[in-house]
Amino acid sequence: MARVVSQTKSAAVNPLKSSQPLGAAFAFLGVDGAIPLLHGSQGCTSFALALLARHFNEAIPLQTTAMNEAAIIVGGADRLEEAILSLKARTRPRLIGICTTASVEARDEDVVGDVENIKRRRAIELVGTEVVVANTPDFDGAIEEGWSKAVTAVIEATARPDKQYRNPRKIAILPGWNLTVADIEHLRETAVSFGLDPVILPDVSGALDGSIPEEWMPITNGGTKLQEIRDLGATMQCIAIGEHMRRPAEALQRLTGVPYVLFRSLTGLENVDRFIRVLAAMSRKQTPLNVRRNRMQLQDAMLDGHSHMAGKKIAIASEPDQLFQLSNFFAAMGAEIAAAVTTTGTSKALEMVPAKTVKVGDLSDLESLAAMADLIVTHSHGREAARRLGVPLMRVGFPMFDRFGSQHKLTVLYRGTRDVIFDFANIIQANHPPNPGPLDSTDRRESQ
Amino acid sequence: MSSLNAKNKDAFHALASERSGSKGPKARRRNCARPMAPGTAVGGCAFDGAKVALQPITDVAHLIHGPLACEGNSWDNRGAASSGPTLWRTSFTTDLTEIDIVMGHSERRLFKAIREIKDGYAPAAIFVYSTCVTAMIGDDIDVVCKRATDEFALPVVPVNAPGFVGSKNLGNKLAGEALLKHVIGTVEPDEPGLCDINILGEFNLSGEFWQVKPLLHRLGIRVRACIPGDARYLQVASAHRSRAAMTVCSTAFVTLARKMQERWDIPFFEGSFYGISGTSEALRRIADLLVKKGADPSLLHRTEILVAEEEEKVWKRLEAYRPRLEGKRVLLNTGGVKSWSVVHALMEIGMEIVGTSVKKSTLEDRERVKQTLKEENLLFESMSPRELFSLLLERKADIMLSGGRTQYIALKAKLPWLDINQERHHAYAGYEGIVQLARQIDLAIHNPVWPQVREPAPWEPALVVEKRAKREA
Repeated sequence: MARVVSQTKSAAVNPLKSSQPLGAAFAFLGVDGAIPLLHGSQGCTSFALALLARHFNEAIPLQTTAMNEAAIIVGGADRLEEAILSLKARTRPRLIGICTTASVEARDEDVVGDVENIKRRRAIELVGTEVVVANTPDFDGAIEEGWSKAVTAVIEATARPDKQYRNPRKIAILPGWNLTVADIEHLRETAVSFGLDPVILPDVSGALDGSIPEEWMPITNGGTKLQEIRDLGATMQCIAIGEHMRRPAEALQRLTGVPYVLFRSLTGLENVDRFIRVLAAMSRKQTPLNVRRNRMQLQDAMLDGHSHMAGKKIAIASEPDQLFQLSNFFAAMGAEIAAAVTTTGTSKALEMVPAKTVKVGDLSDLESLAAMADLIVTHSHGREAARRLGVPLMRVGFPMFDRFGSQHKLTVLYRGTRDVIFDFANIIQANHPPNPGPLDSTDRRESQ
Repeated sequence: MSSLNAKNKDAFHALASERSGSKGPKARRRNCARPMAPGTAVGGCAFDGAKVALQPITDVAHLIHGPLACEGNSWDNRGAASSGPTLWRTSFTTDLTEIDIVMGHSERRLFKAIREIKDGYAPAAIFVYSTCVTAMIGDDIDVVCKRATDEFALPVVPVNAPGFVGSKNLGNKLAGEALLKHVIGTVEPDEPGLCDINILGEFNLSGEFWQVKPLLHRLGIRVRACIPGDARYLQVASAHRSRAAMTVCSTAFVTLARKMQERWDIPFFEGSFYGISGTSEALRRIADLLVKKGADPSLLHRTEILVAEEEEKVWKRLEAYRPRLEGKRVLLNTGGVKSWSVVHALMEIGMEIVGTSVKKSTLEDRERVKQTLKEENLLFESMSPRELFSLLLERKADIMLSGGRTQYIALKAKLPWLDINQERHHAYAGYEGIVQLARQIDLAIHNPVWPQVREPAPWEPALVVEKRAKREA
């Protein structure tokens, strides 16, 4: 069990975190016809927008209430109302997902109450548009928690209470923020191959998958349909992926009675085996041929790759659930987690990270712990540290702004695990060649 | 907050009162401090503007005092180049938590953070930026910085530009105010010279100022301070001993230039290093100002020789691109200095401008672009993505030049696009730069992907294909 060590410095140096409202906005982007609205100063949105656009290489629909000096003094309710009505009139979204920021939260504004008032007063103008609030101050949490709060808020605001007809084929899947577009598509295909009908929330495989609509779209284009979210109570079972998805899964259960099963990670043979068993049990079907084949390919990759990875020292920094997911995978391939750094110390997943300690900190903490590592695993901001230390970098998570195709990388189930092994082993091989060096290396050996 | 208000007004005052124009001072001030409407706002905040304007000062530790998002979501996103120190690329923030805010620990935390940075990174100075939350809860960064300056014998400079006070543009100006109040004039240079100049509002993106600096060197002109691109703290602190100045991005630092003129009698002009005649003009005016301030008059003659030589060379190099670019239609969606300077540069090589945005442009910028284009309806204010998308199609642009934020508007319309804002990978300044710009536009427009991505899918019925062809025609 890992011991969680909290931050002692007064300044964060090279932050690992991206903010909580960004995480919430990210989740809202997985709902069809949505637009996230950050309630705060203009910069909050501008920064989040630029970072999301750099990561996805896509246009990102995101708006701001543009709090000004007066709003900071007298409160932002008027600007919130103006923003909601303006967005409704201009873009006709089906969902406006409000993410609060540090400025309104530090004022202790009752944004939920404000939105209720606005909805009541402007009921006619807002017909056809859901308005949902996630309380996501920047001074707390990070992407993971923002994501989880937004999904919870959507469920609580729209899912209909229980006593519905339950469709035995229908299941709900609540993926964590660390699943890519490719992961979600793969999850859906796998569930469908068992004859199941999955509703995935949020489903970022719509707006953020690189499709090209004919017209300019000011709102998300693709993702979970609102009607599907309303009908989540008609599913037989909910599958939550990642500890941070426990909160929305519990909200769903509370509202609709749909039971949930939680998978902390879908990467690694054992985790996937358990998942496949659950799908087989729910569908009462034999495991399809393609899934069986994928499992064999994974086993083969494990056999081929393990020797390059055994004993390698990994320094990893990420949000708690992704840290858990990847560090367990590395440990299962025989590598050693030499350093683990994360963004917030509250997640239960951290205790299960296979390292002596997990440090709540920033990339400078990672840098000071990673000097002797064989591999640094973190997002693109780790590039400078990796360069300074001369240790190769495996990019994971968010943001990844200096590599293409992060969304189309597969990281879950048998095939995803196989791909991660390939990635991992190739980086290790490129830096520690498995074959003997050139012949003149004997001279060097003698001289040493 | 009232003092901040007064400062904001002051930052714009110079703009509003100087120079007569057809519009009154009020209208012109509105020009700069455009209100931000909820639900339709675009662009950064004042904090963003302040940080952008100062961060390329390379040996300074830039410490952002606030909750995580302000710095965590925005660091490492601009490509200003440094010829030496890399400290400015390390990100520092107090990353305030709920406890800090509720318990009122934030000022103490800031002070400790300053100490940690001083001990751990030995910066030439520390710049401390306030943000919405810390300004709102009343943290007095001026006092903390003053105390830290005294205690650590290190310049610790407060930059008061919390996001809610206004736009990015205002933030730029507040950054200038911070320099004026706390930095410029605090150090006397060892050997002031008759040919020392300041360049203000040049960011050295992708190292582009290094394409201009050698030209100045050849004329014996020394750049005492280029603010902020590739600057050192000491250069900025001694900038008041320069003999003349040029503002490149006037939006950012024209007020600073004006106040330096008032205070230290440093004459300045607004110019640009984009385009051939733009660069030549800038060199001439620098020489002219220096001679007026007492430099050897032969400088004028030497400048003419250099300009003639360089222009001849560059026109020869551009010949390869001219036939490929002549008559191609460009839509520019950028701001400030680029709204007119790049327009001018592109027209020089024979391209047609079908529109240019004048967001974030000063009044002078606008006047210049009007004079260059001679058609007022080609100018537009900032637009919603949908409007921009339609404009691209309506005006049949062959390429859009803009920043990363709007790139997908062109790319999703399956149109060529080139980055000319802060994230670009190529240097477009000086004589060298215009050749690079022509080359990059040529590569973008004539890339073989365009016909491929516009090809209809094999399953699309002929009718749809025809309809689209008609719309695109």
